Amino acid sequence: MRYIWLIPILPGIGAAINGLLGIRSFSRKTAGIVACTMMTAALGLSLFAFWQLLGLPADARAFDYNAFDWIPNIPLETTNGVGLFHITWGFRLDPLSGMMILIVTGIGTLIHVYSTAYMADEPRGGVARFFCYLNLFCFFMLMLVLGNNFLVMFVGWEGVGLCSYLLIGYWYEKKSAADAGKKAFITNRVGDWGFVLGVFLIYMTFGTLDFRAVQNAAALMPIEHVHFGVLSFICLFLFVGATGKSAQIPLYVWLPDAMEGPTPVSALIHAATMVTAGVYMVGRNAVLFSHAPQVMLVVAIVGVLTAFMAASIGLVQYDIKRVLAYSTVSQLGYMFTAMGVGAFSAGAFHLMTHAFFKALLFLGSGSVIHAMGGEQDMRRMGNLRKYMPVTFVTMMIGTLAIAGIPPFAGFFSKDEILFRAFLSNKFIWVVAVATALMTAFYMWRLMAMTFFGAYRGPAWDTAHSADVAVAADHCVKHPADTQAHGQAAKTSHEVSHGPADDHSHQSSVVSHDDHGGGHGHGPWHGPHESPAPMTFPLQALAIGAIVAGLIGIPAAIWPGGNAIEHFLEPSFTAEHHVAEHGVGAESASPAGETHAVAETEHETEPQVSRLEEIGLMFFSVLIAVAGIATAQKFYVTSPEISEQWKERWAGAHRVLSHKYYVDELYNATVISGTFGAGKGLWAVDRNVVDGAVNGAGKLTVVGSWFSGLTDRTVVDGLVNLVGWVVQESSLAFRRFQTGLVQNYALLMLFGIFASVGIYLLLLAR
Amino acid sequence: MEITPTHYMLLSAALFIIGVVGVMVRRNIIIIFMSIELILNAVNINLIAYSAQQQNAVGQVFAIFVIAVAAAEAAVGLGIILAFYRNKETINIDEMNLMRW
Repeated sequence: MRYIWLIPILPGIGAAINGLLGIRSFSRKTAGIVACTMMTAALGLSLFAFWQLLGLPADARAFDYNAFDWIPNIPLETTNGVGLFHITWGFRLDPLSGMMILIVTGIGTLIHVYSTAYMADEPRGGVARFFCYLNLFCFFMLMLVLGNNFLVMFVGWEGVGLCSYLLIGYWYEKKSAADAGKKAFITNRVGDWGFVLGVFLIYMTFGTLDFRAVQNAAALMPIEHVHFGVLSFICLFLFVGATGKSAQIPLYVWLPDAMEGPTPVSALIHAATMVTAGVYMVGRNAVLFSHAPQVMLVVAIVGVLTAFMAASIGLVQYDIKRVLAYSTVSQLGYMFTAMGVGAFSAGAFHLMTHAFFKALLFLGSGSVIHAMGGEQDMRRMGNLRKYMPVTFVTMMIGTLAIAGIPPFAGFFSKDEILFRAFLSNKFIWVVAVATALMTAFYMWRLMAMTFFGAYRGPAWDTAHSADVAVAADHCVKHPADTQAHGQAAKTSHEVSHGPADDHSHQSSVVSHDDHGGGHGHGPWHGPHESPAPMTFPLQALAIGAIVAGLIGIPAAIWPGGNAIEHFLEPSFTAEHHVAEHGVGAESASPAGETHAVAETEHETEPQVSRLEEIGLMFFSVLIAVAGIATAQKFYVTSPEISEQWKERWAGAHRVLSHKYYVDELYNATVISGTFGAGKGLWAVDRNVVDGAVNGAGKLTVVGSWFSGLTDRTVVDGLVNLVGWVVQESSLAFRRFQTGLVQNYALLMLFGIFASVGIYLLLLAR
Repeated sequence: MEITPTHYMLLSAALFIIGVVGVMVRRNIIIIFMSIELILNAVNINLIAYSAQQQNAVGQVFAIFVIAVAAAEAAVGLGIILAFYRNKETINIDEMNLMRW
């Protein structure tokens, strides 16, 4: 299994090819083929690796491969003296990461195929850029899930954030898309801050960042039931990181706006893979978290509140992708609830099933948007099942799966979470059940508004409506359109709404008629089924959404069931056996025992009978059916009820339509606070720092003025004085120079007489 | 009455005084030149007088040198006077004050 390093590298190579060559010179088709080939190869390799992993005995299913030394030994301070900070670029394949690479490569491949058709109207270089980003995302995501220490995981963690930013802002000419990208990136940065602090603290405490070593060391530490110790702080910081990446309260605000990106991106990154990175990370550190029960409670409460809040917002949204976005936030909340109540494998199981049905729903919504020529407002759809049967059927399967109708995938995973929540904390269970009711309601509402009822969309040219039947084929093969046309389609294609807009009436402002259709190949011929590269992934994911749950059938109704839990369990516990590398061999066995005690204690808390479990199961099905029935009554059989309710509960409706005013709250507090602080610092800079500099300048000017004055008066004065004295004295002395020779001769004569006289009278004596 | 060196000295001193006074008081450059010649000749008389008294020819040789130098001086001086006259149309020494401040 030494080849697992190839799994992330393959999409990385694809990204490099498309990024370096493709944007310049590849056709749309070549770019798509390169990207899809790399993903398919990665998928094949992942399947093979997973198959080999299954071949190992259950307790030996972990394989580490250290590709190279990344950071050689650096002495660094830890709480236990100076440690050696040594990081290898290592990969780890175990049940959890094995499941994740299958999700990433499997769903990733399907979405790559889907994108080849969905993005066919983009300009040529744009398609290559898109596939470059998409492949790069898969590279980083696989790095994230395969990394065997926190630092490699962090590289992937940051990398997926970057790709998310790039892909949300793919249509960067559109301001709302660029803003949404920035919002996602900055919000994630807050979470990453927590993650990095957690990693620092882990190194300080354990002296290593290797998952296995950290787990083994943490398993030896006491469970922090009462005091809030270092493990609790580590887990709290890591959870802050998870709230950013996985869109939980309070950092969930970026995910709904992320719908500005192309729909395949929403499906891959903002539904199936990247947003589950936080859940994966919590699962990866299950040993740490189960030693910090107080933080676990925080995780569960935050998760369930997020689930409830997002689901309630989803009830009133009209943008088809926004409903799904809030649904994603809500389902991620479920996963964190599961993690928080200690049901790590249930959370991971829900992660997997959710990846299937949510990717399916997003791709289906993309198909609908494609069919409607860029329309995203569900009030302008309706009765689409007549025009696009494949999309309808597959989306129906996804809806039933997420609503929790057996035997679809969502039922098993969600029911497992509800059951574990019931065992752990009744309050959490009640909120989670309410959320399940709302989930069923808003999903059926989405289906009803989109596929049932009367068609409410714009009319189309009936003269060409005969083309509708062939439009599906037409779509794929349309000739390479001009750059300009692609640009025009891009500007209004997938128009979504800005973060602070009012969704209840904003959609009507958006004009979709100006470009005829979202396909860039002539006038829009009305809603039609999408081409094969789009419907094939839908069907494949629909099959996944049906059968994926079967590996997690509860033991209560199927003896020997819940295979997924037994499969994943080793990833959530410290090692029971001596590691292959011998690292931590001495600590392994006591670690295992302590943790085994912890686990049994955890699992044996409240026992319920099998009958009770089955009863709860029926109850949750009942809830789901009730939600569906209500939505059916509200939006299909008697639509006037929903209008009446909207008026009767106008206040509540307004609050939900405005998403609880959270964006406004953040604008008013954090954002304007940051702006204010920036302005304040600017004022300090301008007044104090600039003032000091200017003051120094002024001081120099004044000093030099005095210096100049001295120079002018004292130095120049002395020089001038000399000149003046000479000049003035010369006035007197020049009188002697008469120019008359006889004067000189007379003087000479006097001189001679005087000299001779003196000589004769005085000296010659 | 025998002519003694004292007589020569008195003659020479008288001639010298006349020459000096002439140089000092006259304004005509030609006259001044002639006065200078008087001074030089007063010196010559002195030299020859002592040469005769001492029976030594050196004094007479010296007098001949003085006469030669006086001739050269007169030539140069007359040239300057001629040039000056051409410029100024006068030979009054009071007009020769170009080297004043």
